[in-house]
Amino acid sequence: MIPELGHVALIIAFCLAVGLALIPMWGSMRRDVTAMNLAPTLAVAVALFVAVAFALLAVSFLQDDFTVAVVAANSNSLLPPIFKFSALWGNHEGSLLLWVLILSGWMTAVALFSRGLPLLMVARVLSVMGMIAVGFLAFSLLTSNPFERLLPNTPLDGNDLNPLLQDPGLIIHPPLLYMGYVGLSVPFAFAIAALLGGRLDASWARWSRPWTNVAWGFLSLGIMLGSWWAYYELGWGGWWFWDPVENASFMPWLMGAALVHSLAVTEKRGVFRSWTVLLAIFAFSLSLLGTFLVRSGVLTSVHAFAADPERGLFILIFLALVVGGSLLLYALRAPAVASRVVYSAVSRESLLMANNLVFTVATVVVLLGTLFPLVMDAFSLGKYSVGPPYFNAVFVPLMALVMPFMTVGPLSRWRDDTAARWLHELLVPGIAIVAIAVSLGFLGKEGFNLWIALAVLLAGWVALGVVKDAWRRLANPGGSLRWRSLTPSFMGMAVAHIGFAGVVLGAVVVTQQNVERDLRMAVGDQQELGGYRFEMLSVGQQAGPNYLADQAVFAVTRDGQPVATLIPEKRRYFASGQIMTEAAIDASIWRDLYIALGEPIGEDAWAVRLQYKPMVRWLWLGALMIGLGALLTVADRRYRTQVQRRDAPVVGVAGVAP
Amino acid sequence: MRLKRFAPLLGFVLLAGLLYKGLSIDPTALPAARVGQPFPSFTQLELTSGREITEQSLSPGPALVNVWATWCYSCRLEHPYLLALAARGVPIFGLNYKDDSVKAREWLLQLGDPYRLNVADEQGLVGLDLGVYGAPETYVIGADGHIKHRHVGILDEGVFDRDFVKYFPDMGVSGSVGAAAGDS
Amino acid sequence: MRRLALLVLVSGLFAPAVVWAVIETYQFSSPDLEARYHTLSQELRCPKCQNQNIADSNAPIARDLRVVLYEQLETGASDEEILAYMVARYGEFVRYRPGVDRNTLFLWAAPALLLVAGAGLVVRQARRGGKRAEPLSATEQEEISRLLREQNG
Repeated sequence: MIPELGHVALIIAFCLAVGLALIPMWGSMRRDVTAMNLAPTLAVAVALFVAVAFALLAVSFLQDDFTVAVVAANSNSLLPPIFKFSALWGNHEGSLLLWVLILSGWMTAVALFSRGLPLLMVARVLSVMGMIAVGFLAFSLLTSNPFERLLPNTPLDGNDLNPLLQDPGLIIHPPLLYMGYVGLSVPFAFAIAALLGGRLDASWARWSRPWTNVAWGFLSLGIMLGSWWAYYELGWGGWWFWDPVENASFMPWLMGAALVHSLAVTEKRGVFRSWTVLLAIFAFSLSLLGTFLVRSGVLTSVHAFAADPERGLFILIFLALVVGGSLLLYALRAPAVASRVVYSAVSRESLLMANNLVFTVATVVVLLGTLFPLVMDAFSLGKYSVGPPYFNAVFVPLMALVMPFMTVGPLSRWRDDTAARWLHELLVPGIAIVAIAVSLGFLGKEGFNLWIALAVLLAGWVALGVVKDAWRRLANPGGSLRWRSLTPSFMGMAVAHIGFAGVVLGAVVVTQQNVERDLRMAVGDQQELGGYRFEMLSVGQQAGPNYLADQAVFAVTRDGQPVATLIPEKRRYFASGQIMTEAAIDASIWRDLYIALGEPIGEDAWAVRLQYKPMVRWLWLGALMIGLGALLTVADRRYRTQVQRRDAPVVGVAGVAP
Repeated sequence: MRLKRFAPLLGFVLLAGLLYKGLSIDPTALPAARVGQPFPSFTQLELTSGREITEQSLSPGPALVNVWATWCYSCRLEHPYLLALAARGVPIFGLNYKDDSVKAREWLLQLGDPYRLNVADEQGLVGLDLGVYGAPETYVIGADGHIKHRHVGILDEGVFDRDFVKYFPDMGVSGSVGAAAGDS
Repeated sequence: MRRLALLVLVSGLFAPAVVWAVIETYQFSSPDLEARYHTLSQELRCPKCQNQNIADSNAPIARDLRVVLYEQLETGASDEEILAYMVARYGEFVRYRPGVDRNTLFLWAAPALLLVAGAGLVVRQARRGGKRAEPLSATEQEEISRLLREQNG
């Protein structure tokens, strides 16, 4: 009964979403206030029924209702309850329901927090989001019904959740990622609404900015968690593989990075309006493209998809309608007159444009690399693979290129600035950082390491730009510091930029200085690695709730002092018989020690992988700062008082938070 | 000027066309790199007789070279159809890939032997030179000793009629073969 | 293994098909060879697997190719020879770093081309609006000081 109720709730949600897609939009054309006023109510109602459907599916999972196909395929009675719950989104059907839930959550948020906006705008935005909801609800109901029953051949027990997904990281990774993915639909809807209304002005940019920052912040956090999870759970210590599924989430992030900055210019200066609106369309389009790539099976990925060409076709048609429709709208309605606002080639506008350019090129390059094998295949030009060596070779220089812009950006003035002023601000500390970078480059074991020196240099410059900007805000001729000038939106930018510098440092150092050895070790054996001594103390077996594990106990010491006891495992899960490596990690800010257990060799020896990974934590801490920084910006006062303020862009004022 | 605004739409239309085409492409299908080249040279023992054989022994073509092993579950499913093909006069050579020769000989005794001869490739060296990445795989070698075609996975009547029959012009319609395969 | 892979394929959306680490204990005659082994095994794609390099894959063919790689390195083959050997048998597909040929020229040239083209557009845009900004009028100056006072006050 419960699954049927869930199914009904989903159908009702679909009908309400159709209403949301049509009625307020019709109202906006006829200037019918009653119809437009329905938008927030309908949005909340859709969310309510989707939430009911989601909750009922969750109940089916928690009650081990193996008559439901997705429960039978992805859960098991032995599974701990928390994983029974997260198993809901460890599969195609359930994760799609999560997607719709989050979309309707965003709709509700827009409905609640946009009371001060013009009714026309709210109605259009919610209506556009309603159209997206219609598409995904139809997709769920028609091709991927999560409530489908397995009758009459009901299995006695479930097939189990893939052991890889039985992990706390995977409980929150998909929801966070989807918060970002789906959240990009809000700036998209604002862009479409603005195009429909023919008013692409600073107020439009100001309205969609906080939403964009929040969505992009969540996307950053989601990607960070995915990378962290791959690092400890896949058992081989990598943190980014340039797999199509990863790229599918990375492309909207890159585009979002461009959008976040472009919106700042459009809000402050009223320029780049067409470009910004296009970025908003692209960012969400790339989310949809990612959905297509992940669920259609057109690309091979190490992450096995529920590949199904029929589902692929459905998403493709939906993609064509949404993206094709919005780009057509753009072609017809984008502002015909270039903005009158002028800025010089040496100005903050130009720097942000350069940043936009690099991030856009980076997105296109990742897209090209991801789709290149498909292009070659489609034209029968052969089978190619494009993997990490290509992406690293083209992506790293692009990121290096963007960092000098990040250095100068926060210090620069809108409209007109001079290179001489930049030099004046940055020359002395800039040179100091060169000296630090060069000397740190010598710290490695094999003489001078150019890559590390460059990373320190660029990251140091980025941090310098932020610190200088903060100091300029704080410094007061009167003597006391002006703490209030550190607005949330400045702090968000500062935290995110320093986080970015941290990611770059971590990535370069761990790539350059990582030490990895695959060894045969028996009880009592000792190995030296990265200045640490690893001793294998014992090997035994340990039973978990739904698995049996081989365990090895290692004592790690440095100069005779105990550092850690590490217990890597190799688990065999009962239900699926799957074997999984569970790595043991001693983490700290400067280095991780990483042990993974392989196969037994002979009587009592094991194949063991020992790794010393310097500064690998900086990657995730940096990404965490990027995400939190983006979220922090919405605390800014001016977003709470958005309607009362004048819409005219503020002209030529240096020192206003970007 | 306004035409420029249609550029993103045009780009997307091209992309969508590509993606649509992509739906009908199997990304895991991998064409054999060796097609069009002579069969790689080797010197190995024959599985049942124990004599030394080389690539010259896999003649005259056109013939099939079937990669199989006793550890390969699909090979067992494929085997009856190979017997039926052999009965119809299609020359089949076996490449016993990374297998235990004793078990392989037992297999042939129990299930029947469709092969003219079998390369005992215990180390998988011939397989490696051929670009084999699993079993079963079936190759066509032409009268000139060159590789004409490769099929990955189970060879059955549908596959044979679609991809193989053109290399064997003397074979008639193979409709009856399927029935024979079903019986055995 | 095949059945396991199939099981994973039907059961999970995010689920990598291979779940335990490949750990092998080759003894190399020099650290240089070991480094090249690591690099090459990560740049070669396992022909049988979903998107995986041969270093991380548990598939039998990946294990075989690792053996070949190890042996060829130890007998003194150059990186180019080893890649040519692999490509001859499994096609361009095995290279995660596609070689530059007629088909891949655009792939490799695209980043630079896009950047140059984009930079051209940006510069043109800045030029167009880029007649030196006029000095602010008195009323604008006043507006700015007022706004600054508001901001700080």
